[in-house]
Amino acid sequence: MEHKNINLTLKVWRQQSTVSKGEFVTYQVKNISQEMSFLEMFDVLNEQLIQEDKEPIAFDHDCREGICGMCSMYIDGKPHGPWQANTTCQLHMRAFNDGDTITVEPWRAQAFPVLKDLVVDRTSFDRIIQAGGYVSVNTGNAVDGNSLPINKNDADASFAAAMCIGCGACVAACKNSSAMLFLSAKVSHLALLPQGDPERQSRVVNMVAQMDKEGFGACTNTGACEATCPKEISLSNIARLNQEYLLASFTSAE
Amino acid sequence: MTWKEVFTSSVGKKLVMSFTGIFLILFLIVHAGLNACIWANDGGTMFNAGAHFMGNNVVPRILEIGLFVGLFLHIIQGLMLEISNRSKRGTNYAVSYSKGSKWYSRSMGLLGTIILIFLVIHLSDFWLPNRAHQGFLLGEEINLYAKMQEEFSELWVVIVYVAGCLSLGYHLAHGFQSAFRTIGVHNKRYNAIFSCLGYGYAIIIPLAFIMMPISFYFHWLN
Repeated sequence: MEHKNINLTLKVWRQQSTVSKGEFVTYQVKNISQEMSFLEMFDVLNEQLIQEDKEPIAFDHDCREGICGMCSMYIDGKPHGPWQANTTCQLHMRAFNDGDTITVEPWRAQAFPVLKDLVVDRTSFDRIIQAGGYVSVNTGNAVDGNSLPINKNDADASFAAAMCIGCGACVAACKNSSAMLFLSAKVSHLALLPQGDPERQSRVVNMVAQMDKEGFGACTNTGACEATCPKEISLSNIARLNQEYLLASFTSAE
Repeated sequence: MTWKEVFTSSVGKKLVMSFTGIFLILFLIVHAGLNACIWANDGGTMFNAGAHFMGNNVVPRILEIGLFVGLFLHIIQGLMLEISNRSKRGTNYAVSYSKGSKWYSRSMGLLGTIILIFLVIHLSDFWLPNRAHQGFLLGEEINLYAKMQEEFSELWVVIVYVAGCLSLGYHLAHGFQSAFRTIGVHNKRYNAIFSCLGYGYAIIIPLAFIMMPISFYFHWLN
């Protein structure tokens, strides 16, 4: 593939703090290698801003390997940018052409308040997990892998749900700012396994209650979350969550 | 977990939308089936006999109360969900995300509002004069076939009905399969069936309703 350097215009959301008013600021970046990642391009821009004695742009990042779920940029009208099944850190500049103007915004949801620039507070996800996204029954010592019979399809579906990295792209993409894809992935990966069975009712009830308390919207099954999810979490997990909730509401003894 | 907690949660509210939606889907089959009697082309004899049964038998009249309760719940819950969901974004995006979902899936609130306006027009055209004539109790009703002929002789009425039914079609194209997902259908095989059924239903039922005013307007029926 031919190596190219490109020049870009960036319109980036700048916001000093949660309570201050934000605005778009336009920056020019020159001679950007198309082999760079999107975050590396932001590193170059921040170096440029520091040299100009300006404040660098705050943005979330950690592993830069597409597995931690920290990066969270809404690029040109899509969470994590134009590529499918991809995180911002794995988006490379070959996705763009010389002379492009790129608009970069933070995740927008009341449950994800902006802390600064492109950094949002996603601790609401942590509190949802704390409400029931775990197994607390005593499962004893590690046993032989085959001693507990689990259907291969269930094991695969559970693993696919457990792929969720909790980045929040589903919330950012949803017109209702709903966290249902995230929540359904966390409920499904435990509901499909025998270890998660004893607490399945209290788990789904408590996690849905916490999600509502955090101020996320209700799901309307538009599918925008599934289409933008970097880990391709399936919409069918939401239907499974609905089933879990429906059964819990009719059969719960509490 | 109390029932109040269930039906005030975001999932519980969706369950209300889903159950009432499926009930209304079933009602539309009865409504379209009965109205299709106009195509017997017998001057309205079969259609009026059906309308007479529906208006003068106690069972459909009791079911009618259930229909209005279901309709009312669907409308109120839908409007409340739409208003609540719209408030969850805070600041809007400069560039909105539209590629991941169908426009009609994102516009259920708007389509539902258009259908509500159409419903008010439709009920005041047919249901209300008929029941008023009966004194809202069992009794003699007006000739609904003749009433349809009269109403659908006006082009603007036909256009309003076609627009209302098109909105219904798009509302159903999302609503049908979404209702089954909401009650927990997550099996891929069944989702594929409900998806096909949903699109088929969303085309056939509104098309049948659209053809009714058109048939009268172009004098295909005597």
